[in-house]
Amino acid sequence: MATPGGTDRASHSLDKSITLPPDEIFRNLENAKRFAIDIGGSLTKLAYYSTVQHKVAKVRSFDHTAKGDGEPLYEISVQEEITARLHFIKFENTYIETCLDFIKDHLVNTETKVIKATGGGAHKFKDLIEKKLKLKVDKEDEMTCLIKGCNFVLRNIPHEAFVYAKHADSEFRFQNTHPDIFPYLLVNIGSGVSIVKVESEDKYERIGGSSIGGGTFWGLGALLTKTKRFDELLQLASKGQHTNVDMLVKDIYGGAYGSLGLTGDLIASSFGKSATADKEFSKEDMAKSLLHMISNDIGQLACLYARLHNLTRVYFGGFFIRGHPVTMHTITYSINFFTKGEVQALFLRHEGYLGAIGAFLKGAEEDNPNQYSWGENYAGSSGLMSVSPDLNPMQRARSGTFDMLEMDRLERQLVNLPLLQDPSSYIPDTVDLTEDALAREYWLYCFEEALDGVVKRAVASQRDQPEAAERAEKFRQKYRHKLQTLRHQPFAYGSLTVRSLLDTREHCLNEFNFPDPYSKIKQRENDMALKYYQKVVKSLEELSWDQRQFALVRGLLAGNVFDWGAKACCIVMVVNVYHCFFIERPWLVDAYNQWIERLKGPPHKCALFFVDNSGMDIILGVFPFVRELLIRGTEVVLASNSGPALNDVTNSELQIVTERIAAMDPVIQAAVKEDRLTLVQSGSSSPCLDLRSLPSSCKFVTNTVFFLLHLFVLTSSRLDKVLATVVRERSTDLVVIEGMGRAIHTNYYAMLSCESLKLAVIKNSWLAERLGGKIFSVVFKYEVPSKTQGQY
Amino acid sequence: MELNGYHCDGEGCGEAEDEDTTGPMQIRSVAEAPCSFAAAASMEKAAAGGPAHRERRISNSTSARQRTDSLRKNRPPFPWFGMDIGGTLVKLVYFEPKDITTEEEQEEVESLKSIRRYLTSHTAYGKTGIRDVHLELPDLTLWGRRGCMHFIRFPTQELPAFLQMGREKHFSSLHTTLCATGGGAYKFEADFRTMANLQLLKLDELDCLIKGVLYIDSVVSVGPPECYYYENPTDPERCQQKAYNLENPYPLLLVNIGSGVSILAVYSKDNYKRVTGTSLGGGTFLGMCCLLTGCSTFEEALEMASKGESTRVDKLVRDIYGGDYERFGLPGWAVASSFGNMMCKEKRDSVSKEDLARATLVTITNNIGSITRMCALNENIERVVFVGNFLRVNTLSMKLLAYALDYWSKGQLKALFLRHEGYFGAVGALLELSNSS
Repeated sequence: MATPGGTDRASHSLDKSITLPPDEIFRNLENAKRFAIDIGGSLTKLAYYSTVQHKVAKVRSFDHTAKGDGEPLYEISVQEEITARLHFIKFENTYIETCLDFIKDHLVNTETKVIKATGGGAHKFKDLIEKKLKLKVDKEDEMTCLIKGCNFVLRNIPHEAFVYAKHADSEFRFQNTHPDIFPYLLVNIGSGVSIVKVESEDKYERIGGSSIGGGTFWGLGALLTKTKRFDELLQLASKGQHTNVDMLVKDIYGGAYGSLGLTGDLIASSFGKSATADKEFSKEDMAKSLLHMISNDIGQLACLYARLHNLTRVYFGGFFIRGHPVTMHTITYSINFFTKGEVQALFLRHEGYLGAIGAFLKGAEEDNPNQYSWGENYAGSSGLMSVSPDLNPMQRARSGTFDMLEMDRLERQLVNLPLLQDPSSYIPDTVDLTEDALAREYWLYCFEEALDGVVKRAVASQRDQPEAAERAEKFRQKYRHKLQTLRHQPFAYGSLTVRSLLDTREHCLNEFNFPDPYSKIKQRENDMALKYYQKVVKSLEELSWDQRQFALVRGLLAGNVFDWGAKACCIVMVVNVYHCFFIERPWLVDAYNQWIERLKGPPHKCALFFVDNSGMDIILGVFPFVRELLIRGTEVVLASNSGPALNDVTNSELQIVTERIAAMDPVIQAAVKEDRLTLVQSGSSSPCLDLRSLPSSCKFVTNTVFFLLHLFVLTSSRLDKVLATVVRERSTDLVVIEGMGRAIHTNYYAMLSCESLKLAVIKNSWLAERLGGKIFSVVFKYEVPSKTQGQY
Repeated sequence: MELNGYHCDGEGCGEAEDEDTTGPMQIRSVAEAPCSFAAAASMEKAAAGGPAHRERRISNSTSARQRTDSLRKNRPPFPWFGMDIGGTLVKLVYFEPKDITTEEEQEEVESLKSIRRYLTSHTAYGKTGIRDVHLELPDLTLWGRRGCMHFIRFPTQELPAFLQMGREKHFSSLHTTLCATGGGAYKFEADFRTMANLQLLKLDELDCLIKGVLYIDSVVSVGPPECYYYENPTDPERCQQKAYNLENPYPLLLVNIGSGVSILAVYSKDNYKRVTGTSLGGGTFLGMCCLLTGCSTFEEALEMASKGESTRVDKLVRDIYGGDYERFGLPGWAVASSFGNMMCKEKRDSVSKEDLARATLVTITNNIGSITRMCALNENIERVVFVGNFLRVNTLSMKLLAYALDYWSKGQLKALFLRHEGYFGAVGALLELSNSS
């Protein structure tokens, strides 16, 4: 059973004096519709849908004929765009009346007639809701909502599920989202326990349950310890010694029961000692014993059901689990014990929201929310355990016990890159900062240091708007706060990675309407690089084949080093391309010879090239390289961002750039005309393809001007559908990934089913040292899959 | 013909070879005749249940005299004890020979006589030791001797007093081996040696348990049936005990509910595995009742439970959904949350100690039923035998287990019970006495 039962607190005696910071909590109420509410024993979860107006940077080509020498390549404009957002807010039942009042006062949309409701408390508050909001309460089945919600978060939120390991370096180990979320077992520990087998979106079955659940812990605990509150009982339990109350194997055997492999510390009989001894037991010890008894029992039943139904993915939820490290630990322990490690206990970051999400989805069926991809908005979401008083007293004081989740609808449907060798085991990020404390320290410091520069750039990008400075300051505060949160709770948004730090920053920038701070810089860079294109091509053509291949690779690397703002390096590239100091071989990772050998063989059928920076990187590095491939007879697909992210070239920018180059270069022109050179969108509004969310960034610049680049991620179910189709249709047999961010920070270990080229210059001495090199070390990784038939 | 793993010794009966006509009752009566249980048992060990075993038996039956001689030689000296020292209770099985000849009696040392007299002339020992007279098997033949098997129990915490008595009665002068199983055999081994100068033969408790179950079921023929079940368990009006014939017991799920619970899957008399166990057992019931109601004995706790009403303590499906939860096929009367009503202060203040005792009993029993049912499904076994002292004078739990298994398995599973509930380990230990030399 999932319903937490009656509580001790008089939830009717509402404290109206509480002042909410509601504009931060119930956001976008003016555009809100499709309300849903999930009222549990102590917490209420409210859900609604809203539309958000965003500023979006657009580029448009000028008329070619009007082109003058000093004129920019294209026009930049900022437009308003409307996107869909889901809001989920969690608060204590005590605040329910205050919250309903607030919503009533701010609700504009009068089309809304009903509110979907679920949870054990839904009937209790039915009249109140109907009176306050003038909405008809429409009850939905609790378990159905729970499962709908669970499917939704598993599908849409990467790193939703995690394993809890109390004594490990990082307590939370996030799971890579499996491409197929089914089948799984959901063990919901409310006052009782329900065990549900979920086989598909619509097919699920309650295969069992137990009456020994959270209510048993709470009820028995209250009787035994005279402690009324669930949280206090857990507090007691975390301080107790169960061995004073439980009869252990060693209490019976004097040691272990060796022939059965039962260790002496195993509990033989829960509360076994309280039956024989005529003495007092401490509240803490009894609470601990009770916690163990119930957790072990639930774990054991879950294992028996998992085994019977042959399931290995078991998620635990319900108020017994909700954000409580104590119960996550005991359940994990129990599962490990009973399955000898064959099954892992999995928990969900947004477990508390499942019912509300499900009820919302039921109400929003006509909007068909399940046909879209949604992404967690890091700017508007509180993150895991943000209201846990143990972990974050500061935040609790700031916003009461309000917790939020916001999700944005993504523009395009995303799918797998069909070239991954094993999509289910692919992990995009090379370093998990949740686990690597040293690296975490370093990167958090870097991002904080870089913040001033980002703020300046944001203001500079909107000089025409007087309030930009104020907005930029708000951005600074928000992002700094996020960084502080992540310092204390690196697990707040799933695995912390350089990529997620960049994405969070991008979400915050967007929140304050800085859609494309780099648009003008990119424009200038593209203009400048175009001027040198023909010169570069000409000088390359004068070289011998061997010299030229090397120069092309060096060109890619050079573009990669000076990827922004250096007129000087254009000149270096043209004049002195052979004498760059960092290009001395042998490189840190050097497969150049194998690459050249391969080039002496038959041409590739089709190369997929994930492009990166605007300016000389794309124009003077990538295009000459692509040109050579085209001449060899290889078709080329250039994949670029759908939306802006720092100085990455976007798809619309690339189209203009390509047009211009085609006008200068008959090779490119013919290839475009004959469809041998194709441009596709990566599906991401950032180079971070793993994220199905609003534009996020993959680069940042510190005061010392080093660059962290291009977290190009080929993760499962995160690539644009069209791109995937093109890759399949053209029999792509080569993938080129370039840049520190995408080839080092991410994808360094990615195994593709075709040949791949990963190249980057490491422009960060800390990272270079970690990899055993020095600053400006070159990585040139050419990989051929062991089985060559795995191609399309 | 194998009966529960124990072979009737066919010699002298002339019936063993005609397996088709040998019914179980015949076998039982044969087993009670002075025949060679020990020989049969030891012979089986050699044959390991293989096909050669029958020939061996026949070849062994050449001479009744020879057999009697060997019996006398191999027969362990009196007294015959088996002991099971559990977490809460010590179970003691004592075989009292009834066929002592005058000659024999004269030879008997005084301490042996004194022990026999002490044990058989009392039904209670000290404040807490009890002889379960209703369980005694009065007319039994073991290793060629006819006698009576007695079943005695006392709390494990009284073990020092027991050892003291053994010392006073010069138990050690009898040069007997004391066969003991249960955790206490290991934990208290040193105490036995230092306090009473007794050497223990330590035996595995699950081996003993299974031996004991199979033996007792094979020897009981008169009086109340050893194995029984509840007919119509889902209908309280028509629910009643019925004898069950455990002739072909395998495969069998054996659930031993002592302080904790062990669940065994038994495939033959010497092929079994421990499937799992749970720490929510008899010890939990008593321990919690002591804390919740202030009672101090199992009997007291049960007495209270029989008068209480668990539905005041537990939250039922209908308390949440107003009736059945049809979407998932849950009846309104099912317990949704054990002790769930106790989350609420008003309800905590309104329940009685009896209600709490009843709820504790129901919670523990249903949980055992639930884990058992899952094990039965996982192991694909339909017959479940519940043993252990938790079930002693605990009809409430037995009926509840019978009900739960029948209801949730839609009649697929049968809950069986044995009269000698908690004594099988001790019986199994006693049977090992013949191997002690």
